[in-house]
Amino acid sequence: MFKSASFAALALTFTASAALAQTDITWWHGMGGRNGEVINEISQKFNESQQACHLTPVSKGTYEEALASGIAAFRSGEQPNILQVFDAGAATIINAKGATIPAEDLINGAGETFNRDDFINGVRHFYADSSGKFIGMPFNSSAPIMYINTEAFKKAGVEPPKTWEDFEKVAPKLKAAGYLPLTASQLTWMMVENFKSRNNQQFATNNNGYDAIQDTKLIVNDDAQVMMFDKLKEWADEGYYGFYGAGWGDNLKPFEEGKSAMWIGSSGSFGGLQKSATMAFSADFMPYWASLGEGKQSFIGGAALFAMAGKPDDQNKCTAQFFSFLTSPEIQVYWHENTGYVPVTTAAYELAKSQGYYEKNPVAEIGIKQLMLPGGAWTKGYRLGFYPQIRSVMEREFNKIFSGEETPKAAFDTIESEGNQLLARFAKTSS
Amino acid sequence: MTHTPLPITESPLSFASRLARWWRGGDAQPAKRVQFDRPLTPWVFLLPQLAVVVIFFYWPSVQAVTSSFYIEDPFGFGSTFVGLENYTEVLSNNEYRSTAGFTLFFGIVVTALSLGFGLLLAVKADKVIRGASAYKTVLISVYAIAPPVAALIGMMLFDMHIGPFTELAALFGYDLKVGVNYRDTVFALITIAVWKQIPYNFIFFLSGLQSVPVSVREAALIDARSGWRRFVDVTLPLLAPTAFFLLIINVTYALFDTFGIIDVIVKDKPANNPITLVYKVYLDGFKGNDIGSSSAQSVILMVLVTVLTVVQFRYLERRVHYG
Repeated sequence: MFKSASFAALALTFTASAALAQTDITWWHGMGGRNGEVINEISQKFNESQQACHLTPVSKGTYEEALASGIAAFRSGEQPNILQVFDAGAATIINAKGATIPAEDLINGAGETFNRDDFINGVRHFYADSSGKFIGMPFNSSAPIMYINTEAFKKAGVEPPKTWEDFEKVAPKLKAAGYLPLTASQLTWMMVENFKSRNNQQFATNNNGYDAIQDTKLIVNDDAQVMMFDKLKEWADEGYYGFYGAGWGDNLKPFEEGKSAMWIGSSGSFGGLQKSATMAFSADFMPYWASLGEGKQSFIGGAALFAMAGKPDDQNKCTAQFFSFLTSPEIQVYWHENTGYVPVTTAAYELAKSQGYYEKNPVAEIGIKQLMLPGGAWTKGYRLGFYPQIRSVMEREFNKIFSGEETPKAAFDTIESEGNQLLARFAKTSS
Repeated sequence: MTHTPLPITESPLSFASRLARWWRGGDAQPAKRVQFDRPLTPWVFLLPQLAVVVIFFYWPSVQAVTSSFYIEDPFGFGSTFVGLENYTEVLSNNEYRSTAGFTLFFGIVVTALSLGFGLLLAVKADKVIRGASAYKTVLISVYAIAPPVAALIGMMLFDMHIGPFTELAALFGYDLKVGVNYRDTVFALITIAVWKQIPYNFIFFLSGLQSVPVSVREAALIDARSGWRRFVDVTLPLLAPTAFFLLIINVTYALFDTFGIIDVIVKDKPANNPITLVYKVYLDGFKGNDIGSSSAQSVILMVLVTVLTVVQFRYLERRVHYG
């Protein structure tokens, strides 16, 4: 203990003296496990690529903990240069004007080049303002996709569904073959947010919340959204769908064990599944309803990087340099292949393709392809305040739906009214 | 928990001393005066402790009270004074009320069960002669487990897919779904919380029992043949100071220290699973970034705890006889 502590101190002195001429910047993130390691590797690559800046990444736990730490630090003037903020927290940080420097301004201000069109369609808007200016720098991006137990489909003699209508046709056969046809993790992300996006449905007034904070209201107890959950409940009752609560892993487990035929999860789950799945699997786009139209692209999931305000110019310059470094095709491909998150630029996607990565790993291409599908009026994203709490309300109500305490319609009425209360509260934070 | 009167200097602390006297039941003995040569000396001794209390309790409390009247941007850019709106919103919220209801239920059940089992095991262990120390070590060892670890063990035992308890319930035809079914989760939480707290109570009850004088036990043996009667009439009253102390500790444990257990069991996504009021303060404040509501909730909690403490000391402690 003492030995390692003094060694660490020694190492610190060394790096401190070596870095004397360098500008130090810090990056707080919410990733653990392998993804956290890859962040360290990328930071190291950045530090080796140039002499002027030295980046130190610090894991702050989960996404929520990273955001909470960032907020607390900002209030006491101790904020890091870069903070990773997850999709649901986007409104919190973007609406706090003055907390961040818009990524676009930062990069242009530092004399680096920035072109919105370099980014793939699906990531361009989520962390941007309503005029399309990038506030956050898209970083780890994922899409909800459908993983397929190939053996189950072979046994049942059916094809994986493209639409939910198809699913209704194949589910009885999969069940007859001895499988639980479907499980899905994080219904808030899959069956509400991305139900809206895949089926091009409006999620909230004021242009999904992008145009104004005041008077933004959820649109969730409409016929289409309620129908999705009426169906899920019906499928659960018939044994076509298994609901295992709000925990991500609990819903994944039956698929890993080869008991369920399909699992709706994150494109970023690919790396983990390769190790944990006990059977062969493939993947396809998350299904949509043919009755609601053609399937559109999905919302981007994951997180973005924000440059915190209140830092000296030389540090901001380093942050800008790092953002440019991060979007370079080589680093994007490295990140993509090591974590399963999608590349955020077209150039990076092309590079991975030309290297033959997708021929070996066709599943890894599904997420990015889904994000490159045609967009619609309502596929850009959403900007909703206190959204993590709105998600909690949804999770609570979903448990009630599947335990039979409430009808989907009643549940979504509650979600809409409680969600609107939260949005109204959020509107008061910025006046 | 001895009843030595506190050395109270009368003049600067008159309100505090009156409060302290009232706390102890109003009929306190005149305080024994301890005189210092210089009037500042006692303050110097008090300073470190006062600093800790002011920095870690009073200052945050004042901040919490202030923020509870505002709806605030988490980053501190904008805020709207809303008066008591945070309080009225919280108190009229059904979810908050049901959380409060669960917290009360959970507090009572966990306290009662962990005290009950702790006492039972202590009484039985007190009688064991052969292998007594092994028996005691096994019981006490659980105390060394941190709440999140206890919860982790519990979570594996109650896991929906591979948990042995789930399989056991299935043998009886019951589909145990901790994390999905509200009641099942309540059951799991209580089981883990009680299991974790029993050894603590066991240690104190056991030492309490061992301090009952042999002469008293022998005298009781002559008066009553029934073991139960001897326990109720002689042992239990002598254990009362220990029991009172444990009651306070257990109530605090059930209301606050079970945080780690709840966090692990609900996997930081409570959905409609039961949570306690403290956990809700954390959720709304740290995960939801709603500082106003979270502050209002923690002020409410502060008031509740104050009331609870006063009630315990003023009404319950009177019935305790310190030997």
